Amino acid sequence: MKIRGKTWKFGADIDTDAIIPARYLNTSDPKELALHVMEDADPEFPKKVRPGDIIVADKNFGCGSSREHAPIAIKAAGIQAVVAKSFARIFFRNAFNIGLPIFESPEAADRIGEGDEIEIDADRGVITNLTKNEQYQAKPIPPFMQELIESGGLVEWTKKKIRAA
Amino acid sequence: MTITEKILAHHAGLDEVVPGDLINARVDLVLANDITAPIAIREFERIGAKGVFDPDRIAFIPDHFAPQKDIKAAEQCKLLRDFSHENNLSLYFEVGRMGVEHALLPEQGLVLPGDLVIGADSHTCTYGALGAFATGVGSTDVAAAMATGQCWFKVPESMKFIYYGRLNPWVGGKDLILHTIGDIGVDGALYRAMEFDGETIRALPMHGRLTMCNMAIEAGGKSGIIVPDEITESYVKDRAKRPYSFYSSDPDAEYVDIREYDCSRIEPLVACPHLPSNVRPARELADITIDQVVVGSCTNGRLEDLREAAMVIKGRKVNPNVRMIVIPATQQIYRDAMKEGLLEIFIDAEAVVSTPTCGPCLGGHMGILAKGERALATTNRNFVGRMGHPESEVYLSNPAVAAASAVLGRIGLPEELGL
Repeated sequence: MKIRGKTWKFGADIDTDAIIPARYLNTSDPKELALHVMEDADPEFPKKVRPGDIIVADKNFGCGSSREHAPIAIKAAGIQAVVAKSFARIFFRNAFNIGLPIFESPEAADRIGEGDEIEIDADRGVITNLTKNEQYQAKPIPPFMQELIESGGLVEWTKKKIRAA
Repeated sequence: MTITEKILAHHAGLDEVVPGDLINARVDLVLANDITAPIAIREFERIGAKGVFDPDRIAFIPDHFAPQKDIKAAEQCKLLRDFSHENNLSLYFEVGRMGVEHALLPEQGLVLPGDLVIGADSHTCTYGALGAFATGVGSTDVAAAMATGQCWFKVPESMKFIYYGRLNPWVGGKDLILHTIGDIGVDGALYRAMEFDGETIRALPMHGRLTMCNMAIEAGGKSGIIVPDEITESYVKDRAKRPYSFYSSDPDAEYVDIREYDCSRIEPLVACPHLPSNVRPARELADITIDQVVVGSCTNGRLEDLREAAMVIKGRKVNPNVRMIVIPATQQIYRDAMKEGLLEIFIDAEAVVSTPTCGPCLGGHMGILAKGERALATTNRNFVGRMGHPESEVYLSNPAVAAASAVLGRIGLPEELGL
């Protein structure tokens, strides 16, 4: 799978309250959540972001709450993928479970500038910066997570498991 | 093996696990609240399982926006209630019986030593204080576990934190964990189990242990854990609704990092905006005026926390520039605080006392900050906009410092009131 898009940059320790503030969590409707995505990190972001864009962030992206609303809001806003130096663990889990592609690459997070056009080869974990003409390697996805992705997320994987039992 | 590895191995039906292993393990309890359960229910229905794996091991607790703060929140809470009725869940807690989830479940003896617990709430790590492996997951994980009784885990590496020395006056579990997060940072324990140990921990009462394990997530930890002992036994023996097991770490267990802290050098601490790791001694913050004080939450809303705050505020008044909101974390705590006269002390001081709710901690309701306002809270997070307007500020402290500050109208210490 290849993912190509324009990037938006964010700093370190972007928490889930910044990704989707709790004041909007009285709903779990993806469309409504998407209207407020990243609002407390950048109030203009929900207006600026376009379907197909990619978020690039520093370390510990998604720290804080376990709210799955965070990756759901990102996905529903049409953001195709998140690249970061590292991810907080519940966000990491949630992203795989719901099928939001995420990539860990300190080099990419440092080198990519806001607005750069990048292409991610998801299978090989290779990130190409088309604007700067550079390539970066993302950390390989563990085999079990790969299996989750191939099944279409945790729900589909669990369905298969129940059927097999 | 460490205590964490032993609990995970046992629940996966294995003799041994090592960090990095991916395992499927049986869960003893699955938990979700009014924010996370609606998605879990939706995903559970997509899985199409015939029913839940065990109606007595799924806890649904509407505590975040409950008592229902608006129509949308009420619709969400109703989903929990309807699903619980349809599936005969015995651990659904209606308003009037519910409390803040991580205070309620240990209090009711529903999480126990040796358990493996997952919850769609990041502060599920609280139960490590009982010697359980407990970790926060997402709603979809909860959905899968509701269907299968299992969850996948990567066995975490463990870090050990050794605390020694006597605690200074007005220093407790909150200050120890803030000190630790200040030391290692908000991702200092990323993906790891944090094992708290040492003579100070062995002498620390259960409420302080619960506070410490509660905030393991604020250092990025997968879990916090304390090897159970006599303090654990005396806490659980009359509460437990089923058998439990004490696990301990082997002398040759492996840790990726071991840190030691001399507690005699730790003073009351405050985490400043906008990260829990931005920790400074409370005495250095005397010029920070405040508009609101919150005493409550899964971190510091237990009876002992209320006693500590009441001890400081007794016979005094909340500063005219401050509103003080006290939230007993469960109905039992509320009743006990009432019997002990703590609620009267707060009301005499012109604080308000609320029904149990997570409410203001996550900027939900019952004490939201306006633009430019500043709160000192005994809660666990001080991210941008956490308690209200994105341009408001949250400082975090223990209950005694919070109560003293409510009187002073600025961040301050009980000593300043002659205590």
